[in-house]
Amino acid sequence: MEILFFLFVAFVAVGSGIFVVTCKNPVNSAIALVNTFFCLATCYVLLDAPFMAAIQLIVYAGAIMVLIIFVIMLLNIGTVDVVKSSHAVAGGALMAVLIGIQALYMLNRGEVANLDGPMTESALREFGHTELLARSLFTEFLLPFEVTSILLLVAIVGAVVLAKREV
Amino acid sequence: MISVNYFLVLSAILFSIGVFGVLTRKNAIVVFMCVELMLNAVNLTFIALSRHLGNMDGQIFVFFVMAVAAAEAAVGLALMITFFRNRETLDIDDANTLKW
Repeated sequence: MEILFFLFVAFVAVGSGIFVVTCKNPVNSAIALVNTFFCLATCYVLLDAPFMAAIQLIVYAGAIMVLIIFVIMLLNIGTVDVVKSSHAVAGGALMAVLIGIQALYMLNRGEVANLDGPMTESALREFGHTELLARSLFTEFLLPFEVTSILLLVAIVGAVVLAKREV
Repeated sequence: MISVNYFLVLSAILFSIGVFGVLTRKNAIVVFMCVELMLNAVNLTFIALSRHLGNMDGQIFVFFVMAVAAAEAAVGLALMITFFRNRETLDIDDANTLKW
């Protein structure tokens, strides 16, 4: 039952991923991308990571996509024909197929032993995913976490400086 | 519990779709969205393997990837607005001033 549900979600994810690439109108691409994000959030729930699913929806489907759609509307791009020449499409398809084959080959050949780290079934049930994540984030990865806040500050300043007409 | 390989295969397919989009589309915003698709495919790999190995580090990585993606979205879209103001287009083939 679970596997059928996963296959359905994966099918929708791949289908909307193809829509992102093929739609002529960027707004349609953006909506298809939101759909892909929702499917990936469902996958995260299936992988016992509900907190990641939540921030996937809030940060990606919420914040980033709103920003992208806002810029599309602001610049008023509309339905311009944006397909490259046919040999560019063929080259792109060839590269994509090569990378896909490579990734599939590597992923399916790599024998990953099922190690038992700190995130076991019982720990997930006892503490919950969010507490395990927070414990790791605020002890072992505290410095990267703080550095991320500086990165976000720099990004805010950079975005304002770039987009303002005169600083 | 679904085998980790299913998630890895889904991730590889999504990544390839993203590569195809980046290589074939001309509109800068669509290229940007395809890059986001590739980032998400990698995030799925991280979380699937993190669950498989019982190790939290992969999910911390995804956390940072999301933060960097948010920063990238803000700066990238600001760049696109500036580019559009100067060239009246978002066609990446027109961004050729530095091309040799």
